[in-house]
Amino acid sequence: MAERSFATEVGKLRASEGEEFFGEGILAVTKALLQSGVSYVGGYQGAPISHLMDVLGDAKEILDELGVHFENSASEATAAASLAASVHYPLRGAVTFKSTVGTNVASDALANLASGGVTGGALIIVGEDYGEGSSIMQERSHAFAMKSQIWLLDPRPNLTAIVDSVETGFKLSEASNSPVMLQLRLRSCHLHGRFIAKNNIKPKFTLRDAMENPVRDTNRIVLPPASFLHEQEKVTKRWPAAVKFIQDNKINEFFAEGAADFGIILQGGLFNTVIRALQLLGLSDVYGNSKIPLYVLNVTYPIIDEEVVRFAKDKKGVLLVEEGQPDYIEQNINAVLRRAGITTALHGKDLLPVAGEYTPAAVIKGLLEFVRKFGPELLNDEKLPAVVKPSGDKPNSINSVAPTEQIHGRPPSFCTGCPERPIFTALKLAERETGKHHVSADIGCHLFSILPPFNIGATTMGYGLGAAGAAALHDTSSEKRTISFMGDGGFWHNGLTSGIGNAVFNKNDGLVVVVDNAYSAATGGQDLLSSASSSEIRSTKHPIERAVRGVGVEWAKTVTNTFKVGEMKKMFKDALSTKELGPKVIVAQSECTLNKTRRERPLMAKKVKEGKRVVRERFGIDPDTCTGDHSCIRINGCPSLTIAANPDPMRKDPVAAILNTCVGCGLCGEAAHAAVLCPSFYKTSVISNPSPWDQFKSKLRNFIIGALQTGIEKRLSGIEA
Amino acid sequence: MKPNSKTPQDRPITLALLAMGGEGGGVLADWAIDMAERNGFFAQTTSVPGVAQRTGTTVYYLEFYPDDGISRLGSHEPILSTMAMPGEVDIVVASELMEAGRAISRGFVTSDVTTLITSTNRVYSMTERTALGDGRVDSEAILKSAKDSSKKLIAADFAKVAEDSSSVISAALFGALAGSNALPFGKEHFIAAIERGGVGVKSSIAAFEKSFEIASALIKSEGKTQSSAVSVQIGSKPVNPGEISQEEQSKIINDPTSVVGYKLTNLAAQVKSEVPESARVMVINGIKRTADYQSTKYAERYLSRVLEIAKIEAQDGNGSGRLLNETARYTALWMTYEDTIRVADLKTRRSRFQRVNAEARVNKEQLMEVREYLHPMSEEIADTLPTPIGKWILRTKVVTRSIEKITANGMILNTASIGGYLLLYTLARLKPIRPRSLRFNLEQERIDSWLGRIKTLASTNYDLACEVAECANVIKGYGDTHRNGWRNFTFIMDELDRIAANTDAAVRVKDLRVAALADEDGIKLRALLSL
Repeated sequence: MAERSFATEVGKLRASEGEEFFGEGILAVTKALLQSGVSYVGGYQGAPISHLMDVLGDAKEILDELGVHFENSASEATAAASLAASVHYPLRGAVTFKSTVGTNVASDALANLASGGVTGGALIIVGEDYGEGSSIMQERSHAFAMKSQIWLLDPRPNLTAIVDSVETGFKLSEASNSPVMLQLRLRSCHLHGRFIAKNNIKPKFTLRDAMENPVRDTNRIVLPPASFLHEQEKVTKRWPAAVKFIQDNKINEFFAEGAADFGIILQGGLFNTVIRALQLLGLSDVYGNSKIPLYVLNVTYPIIDEEVVRFAKDKKGVLLVEEGQPDYIEQNINAVLRRAGITTALHGKDLLPVAGEYTPAAVIKGLLEFVRKFGPELLNDEKLPAVVKPSGDKPNSINSVAPTEQIHGRPPSFCTGCPERPIFTALKLAERETGKHHVSADIGCHLFSILPPFNIGATTMGYGLGAAGAAALHDTSSEKRTISFMGDGGFWHNGLTSGIGNAVFNKNDGLVVVVDNAYSAATGGQDLLSSASSSEIRSTKHPIERAVRGVGVEWAKTVTNTFKVGEMKKMFKDALSTKELGPKVIVAQSECTLNKTRRERPLMAKKVKEGKRVVRERFGIDPDTCTGDHSCIRINGCPSLTIAANPDPMRKDPVAAILNTCVGCGLCGEAAHAAVLCPSFYKTSVISNPSPWDQFKSKLRNFIIGALQTGIEKRLSGIEA
Repeated sequence: MKPNSKTPQDRPITLALLAMGGEGGGVLADWAIDMAERNGFFAQTTSVPGVAQRTGTTVYYLEFYPDDGISRLGSHEPILSTMAMPGEVDIVVASELMEAGRAISRGFVTSDVTTLITSTNRVYSMTERTALGDGRVDSEAILKSAKDSSKKLIAADFAKVAEDSSSVISAALFGALAGSNALPFGKEHFIAAIERGGVGVKSSIAAFEKSFEIASALIKSEGKTQSSAVSVQIGSKPVNPGEISQEEQSKIINDPTSVVGYKLTNLAAQVKSEVPESARVMVINGIKRTADYQSTKYAERYLSRVLEIAKIEAQDGNGSGRLLNETARYTALWMTYEDTIRVADLKTRRSRFQRVNAEARVNKEQLMEVREYLHPMSEEIADTLPTPIGKWILRTKVVTRSIEKITANGMILNTASIGGYLLLYTLARLKPIRPRSLRFNLEQERIDSWLGRIKTLASTNYDLACEVAECANVIKGYGDTHRNGWRNFTFIMDELDRIAANTDAAVRVKDLRVAALADEDGIKLRALLSL
């Protein structure tokens, strides 16, 4: 069960012709798929398209009505390969994943798909995780489109444009027998807006039709000589067909053509940013009625030579607004102009940043410079927006009065009650005795270990590649062993073979910790093969330890409660010292607290209402025995374990304190024990609807303890006034 | 600003919301969008959560454009930006003070356009929390720049408002947003949006109403001036309960006897006659603390130690009273070092039980149990016993090992149970034997040698003496932490004995003290001492 439920929103997917659809970009894309008569959808979760998978998961009923097959693919490669169904059959299929990381994984299948070409529309929806908020290496999906000749759509960031591009994408794919990639930028995925809906379409040709009337055509299979034929086909047939379709359907847009003798070429995804910049410079209104000619590339690959020539021909200068690097489009357009013998000056990364996100500030600065060059008379220097005003006239706080030294970074970290935190507490304590080891990290929440307070982990080579990342550090003469981490998500994605199998086969003695929190947690808590919960649409509960033993691991242990820091610490020490050969695998198992609390909290509240006995636990710290050294925080880092002003009139340093957000996971106490910290930690158990026996005990206790406490107060009187 | 008063030349109303994962920023954004769309606006929100949902910062960015009669969905839509342009953000809402600071340093808050709505509560950063000493940033500095850089500032502890109405901060901030009049919608529209949201409506509206009042009051008091006149009292660091009011201070200074019990009247009187006003509050706290810790006799010992410093302060002092104050502080803290007896004593008091109850929000119908996480080491046990026995235990491996066997995995003690309470109670009653214990005598020697250093230095180098006094703060914590602290302290004292004569000795010792608190393993300190 995913972290976020769209159970209520999916109703919107039934919206019919002419109805206004309000919602998130992701939801709109799902609706667009159904409006396009898609037959099957697959994909692998990951920000920013996780919700697309979650929506489809919650939309089972509607999908069944329309006969649409939806799969949570094992990996992006699986998803891409599933598009093979559109090679021979007139089936529209779509897959989705995070890019470029997912596209990296998928590229083998994508290349094969693109080589043979497709009959039914094949759409690859990539969530371009680029710029602020991105969690991955900063690259462009554009390269994949170019290398495999997959057409790349980059629609304007509003729901109407995005929805249209899904439908156009399928048509373009069919018209040119090529897969099409739809690039959704980070913010477009989380964009809330509206559009006019159309009816959902039930595909005429069904999956069943395909399975019962199998077709094969060796010319579509990637094997010589067909593969050579494919390459020719790409340039002689499919490319021209795509160009014709794009021109006939006016997918790229021209605005204010001829309004000036200079103009701007821009990626569709940057349209709103460019318009806002122009508006603030007084060169457009809020509706995008620009005073400067615009050529909007809603298709960023292929570039349509004729359209470029038409736009640039009679202009003094053109500015290309292309985000990211390398500057593929700029190089391409330069070639086009050169070939056509057009001398128009092409500006781009000379006025705009060469690398990095094209924020409004970056774009407006470049635009201003460009307009100063070619149309200064259009600018009113009195009315320049603050961000481009000369420093003197800027209002506070642009470049001024910012309390920079007071601002600390606030990177993500393990949630309150996260069962992964104690794993690293235990490792940190174990390493105090065993000394430091090389730690290879992986993708997932557990990667937060590289940040304070743990500072554990040296590299991360990709999803599921934690163990693989330690493969080469393999020298049996060394006393030390490598430690590598891997999440259950990464494990099933590829880690079982790329990491564990590889370590068995190559006789690696290192320690591999598989963090099993019962979900693909970092991507939003989607189910996995090893998920503990049962699901009616998926097969779960396949233990990880059984899988690793299946590929030949002998030393494998499963911890079912990671909060037992002492035990975890001991297990780490054993794994790092045992004489046994071959990889040591520890499956550290405890449910993701986000999902757990979301499941249990309502149940508890219900029980309390029903008058049942319920015990709520949380931790606390005695401020008068806390000496304010904060060593407890340095081996824990829980958001609920913080500092507070010291109530002691003689102490200066803040004391450690526990917030009401504490879920009583127990790490504070376990850590205080394992690290022999201080006696300030205590656990309070609040009993709602206590039993008669509880009541009796507490009466007796209060009587005796109360009496003794009165005695203490007598002795203390005489000190306080 | 009224709806429909826009021309296509105007840019949309812009709002940036900075919140942390789990604070309901998304909910607030959805309320705002729903409200705007119900009122015929084109509205758009985007966010970049990524993994930031895991306690990191998330920025939500919203734009609103009124239906100006010519806009049409699908055909003639206003172009709304998905990212904030520095200098063009009309409203910034921050769920926490450092987040407000972040918005300011990103240029979202500008003095010509921005209404800044921020909660003044602090959610401490990892850097602040993991410091060995006090790593908190200066909240006043953030607040000052918030005033200087905003057109209007609405700053109040909205986290508290939310907590008081058992709601979440997003509801409180939504109320502040309504109260700020920065959006062209009436209060009823805001409330309607919450009701349509349908989640925790009652508590949300409660929090909404409270902060609506706060915000409207602030807006009125402030008027439409450029620089905000709103004053928020939060102290340079969160107000320290230990910092007592002026009245109380003068009460203590003028009549110390009035604030102590009958056992300490004589000592208090002595304080009045022999301790300068500048240090009286500290010394009075000191005698109370030491008396509470051990006995009136022990408090006398404390006072005699302090009075020697008082004399020096009188001769060589610079009028600041710093030496006396700091020495009085750390002598008291050192003399009341945390041993098992002290811990047991503090944990068994009624006041402590009451505090724990309040903290766990136990109501009449509920019962509570308290489980202590204790981990006594054989040293700590030996420490509290009479010196000969203590020494014998530490000498005899068999005994130490068997003790460690028992305490190896620590013990969990239910102080609410009779057995558990009696165990701690009995421990606490060992006070009388404390003065004969191993640790007691060791600490007294250490204190005297430290005080000795201070006395000898004071006459020649007052500032250095003050620094040495404050060095006592590097010794804190229990177990390893305490051991490391003591090791670092001795490092500094050894260096001191080498450099005491140098003119820059005070600066040097200060640097060493700061370094000692920079990291647990004394890496920075070792580096400074090139050890």
